[in-house]
Amino acid sequence: MSKTDATNSTSDRGGPRQPLIIAKNLKKHFPIRSGMLNRQTATVHAVDGISFDVKKGETLGIVGESGCGKSTTARLLIGLIELDDGSIIFDGDVLGSDIKLKELRRGVQMVFQDSYASLNPRMTILDSIAFGPKIHDHKDPASVARNLMERVGLDPERFAMRYPHELSGGQRQRVNIARALALSPRLVILDEAVSALDKSVEAQVLNLLSDLREELDLTYVFISHDLNVVRYISDRVLVMYLGEVVEVGPVEAVYKEQAHPYTASLFAAMPSMDPDNRTEEPPLAGDPPNPIDPPTGCRFHTRCRFSESVCSKVKPKLNVIADNPDHLAACHIKDVGSGHSLAAQEAGE
Amino acid sequence: MTQTPLVEFENLKVRFKGERTVHAINGLNLSLQPGEMLGLLGESGSGKSVTLKTLLRLLPPKRSELEGSVRVNGTDIMTLSGNALASYRGGDVSMVFQEPALALDPVYTIGDQIAETVMRHKGIGKTAAMDVALDMLTRVRIPSPERRLKNYPHELSGGMRQRAMIALALSCRPKLLLADEPTTALDATVQIQILLLLRELQKEFGMGVIFVTHDIGVAVEVSDKIAIMYAGNLVETGTTRDVIRNPQHPYTKGLLAANLHGVVKGERLDAIPGSPPALEEPPHCCSFAPRCAFAEDRCRSDLPPVTDLGGGHSVSCVLAASTTTA
Repeated sequence: MSKTDATNSTSDRGGPRQPLIIAKNLKKHFPIRSGMLNRQTATVHAVDGISFDVKKGETLGIVGESGCGKSTTARLLIGLIELDDGSIIFDGDVLGSDIKLKELRRGVQMVFQDSYASLNPRMTILDSIAFGPKIHDHKDPASVARNLMERVGLDPERFAMRYPHELSGGQRQRVNIARALALSPRLVILDEAVSALDKSVEAQVLNLLSDLREELDLTYVFISHDLNVVRYISDRVLVMYLGEVVEVGPVEAVYKEQAHPYTASLFAAMPSMDPDNRTEEPPLAGDPPNPIDPPTGCRFHTRCRFSESVCSKVKPKLNVIADNPDHLAACHIKDVGSGHSLAAQEAGE
Repeated sequence: MTQTPLVEFENLKVRFKGERTVHAINGLNLSLQPGEMLGLLGESGSGKSVTLKTLLRLLPPKRSELEGSVRVNGTDIMTLSGNALASYRGGDVSMVFQEPALALDPVYTIGDQIAETVMRHKGIGKTAAMDVALDMLTRVRIPSPERRLKNYPHELSGGMRQRAMIALALSCRPKLLLADEPTTALDATVQIQILLLLRELQKEFGMGVIFVTHDIGVAVEVSDKIAIMYAGNLVETGTTRDVIRNPQHPYTKGLLAANLHGVVKGERLDAIPGSPPALEEPPHCCSFAPRCAFAEDRCRSDLPPVTDLGGGHSVSCVLAASTTTA
């Protein structure tokens, strides 16, 4: 690939219909080694064959509980960890064969949850933001950084020469956002980027993210455990459970009616906010199982109240829900031919 | 109300000295009746955890300066020392922490840890104490409790560890339970289980509970009363229903909006600007005034009056004061 191509890698090439990023059958297993010989004794099935795409200009929310593979997925998308299997296609270019990692990173950037740990404590705010442009041979990294600081609401005069420990959590997260934007990426992955902030500050940062998306024509992958926040910011939502996708669909469709029993439980577990109508029954018993040794068949069958014998044997496929081609769920109940007793009823309705 | 309150804070002030002074609590007045469940709500640095630590006398004695009084069951806890303090902690009042993995001792089994507490406070033998431990594990609905007695904390999942922590805290039947963000580290589907468990056990044991959280939804789910803290003092107190349905303080309103419950997608959020004050000086005016959209000159010159709106609903804001007198 020539140098001119590399500098153009952040401009649109595939056209509006080409998804910005396609994840195909992503797989990542982490070995667990123990004992004197450090032999592999177990495997964490962090991400187990998930596929999705992110369209240009949309925000895809990813929700799920700890250990479901949300963060691993994010790290795979930006190439922080190597894929075991599957491929990542960025605007029509396959990572590895068509574009190199450094080129992908111009187009995809990330903001992490821990605003303090993700900044170098020995670098000033200005240097941190200017670092990316410097590495990518920008002519004037410092002015890029100053402009961005202004854009995210940090006065360059006051903050440029400060160190991360001199800033509040909300301000540090603004720095992280500015740094992610320094290479003018097209896709920004926000991995629980507002979760550690206080509620009043969280709202400010969400407003900033909405403004930036509009102004800079950005696409977001927004990972969070807070369903209210995901609903507010996302166009589509993807629900993960133990390394697999259980449901994906337009935010309003999924929030109105959850097709997968796990999604339904996740929504029912939200605090009610109505003092006269509090939750009486927990929707699920027990903790999520360990991803080291996930259940067979449908991974949710151990906690699902509709579980039948087919659920523990056969892995369900993603099926279209209610004639909405964008709304998919991996549940035997939603698959007419699966042999689940409720599937026939659903079809009969 | 002629009943002695279970907990009574009177004009409590806590200051931390060191390289810089922090005025963590600034004149807190709060009372809790026996059997009441209070949700103490606030953002980081608002003084919620310091309030709980004061109640257990866990603040570093050399670095903290306290003023005012704290009475539990009529006893001024500042006067407790030695054996009296030891039996007060864990006996009358106990606490559930945010991170059970850190609060439980990793080298003792769950059963041993609960039994040790019971033996220490009730003066009974090991066998009887183990029976109590088993009974407690059953009450917090840990599956196969006999087996779990012999487990070490690392062998339990996060939700199970928090259940064990609750069993430990309740093993001596305290009159007051302090819960410091007990579900923040848990997954959503596990959080709701623990919240409902705490609600049930509170009814069953009839104890008073102070539940500290930053999540307004969690507070609504468990508490009878809600107290909202900002910069080391209460801004609004009342029954859960009053505070949620009829919030009076601008900060409470801002928090409710920031929860995004029922917000329309794409609509601009009504964010509270700025960030909480540093608390290096004791407040001489309303601490929220710099961030408040309704701030007037008097907000910046005087401390806000506390207005009683009836039914236990009180607000510390000039706006509420002017509407009730007008």
